[in-house]
Amino acid sequence: MAYSSKVIDHYENPRNVGSFDKSDPSVGTGMVGAPACGDVMKLQIKVNAQGVIEDARFKTYGCGSAIASSSLATEWMKGKTLEEAEQIRNTQIAEELALPPVKIHCSILAEDAIKAAIADYRRKHGLAPATEAAGGGRKAA
Amino acid sequence: MSNHFELFGLAPKYALDAEALERAWRAVQASVHPDRYAAAGAAERRAALAWSARANEAYRMLKDPVERARHLLELAGVDPRFETDTAMPEAFLERQLELREALAEARAARDAARLAQLREEVLAAARAREAAIAERIDVARDYAGAAALVRELQFLRRLAQEIDDAHAPE
Repeated sequence: MAYSSKVIDHYENPRNVGSFDKSDPSVGTGMVGAPACGDVMKLQIKVNAQGVIEDARFKTYGCGSAIASSSLATEWMKGKTLEEAEQIRNTQIAEELALPPVKIHCSILAEDAIKAAIADYRRKHGLAPATEAAGGGRKAA
Repeated sequence: MSNHFELFGLAPKYALDAEALERAWRAVQASVHPDRYAAAGAAERRAALAWSARANEAYRMLKDPVERARHLLELAGVDPRFETDTAMPEAFLERQLELREALAEARAARDAARLAQLREEVLAAARAREAAIAERIDVARDYAGAAALVRELQFLRRLAQEIDDAHAPE
């Protein structure tokens, strides 16, 4: 399958690969998996005292589209508040990367990883959970 | 919905007797073999062919540990949501990440012994899931619990495939 130039760029030069110490209170960790293709995605955010995401890291084992989706997600999250970051939708990721329909689930994985990381950070700080459960507000792709 | 177990006259169980399945499949295939319909009309021959194809498909699914579980879940009205549900137990995903890192290292080092060791670990984990699925479906009738295990089994199978691909000569 032909990948778009943006997918290839993120795949060959992935942004923010790595991990933070998950026991650090300023870190939120999201781990998700896709049984159908066996992809695993770990996405972490570092949040400052103002509730802004200062930095993000990811580790993804999967196809090029899954790696590109998580790389893009970490880029988009940086500088956003938790509330802003949780507005990121898989459809935006899929559009930006020009993902074909069979690869839409890779962008879903990234959206769910974002939500899981934010939920983990909130849990650590006793903050109210998001109004919707991970994936709950998503339209079928 | 068609019940593949009924087609072969078998009880709908996960712990399936592979030999009984094979015998039943051969019996169905023999009864619809084209030779038996050589003198029959075109409509009958078509029907026999359709039965033969259906029996092959049912046999393929029942033989496969993931597909057999999915079929039993489907009969019970439970969807394991392979495509849409990305939430899985954290410890399971952590281990999957570790195994994939180990696979990448072994592949880079062309370490055949390590690849074989990883493959054995993944296959053992898959066998443990299969035993647990049989207990959940056949004994406890806990289909939601079985669905969670089937998701893990499918995950492990994809990983085993990747290891096999790494093993294959380039």
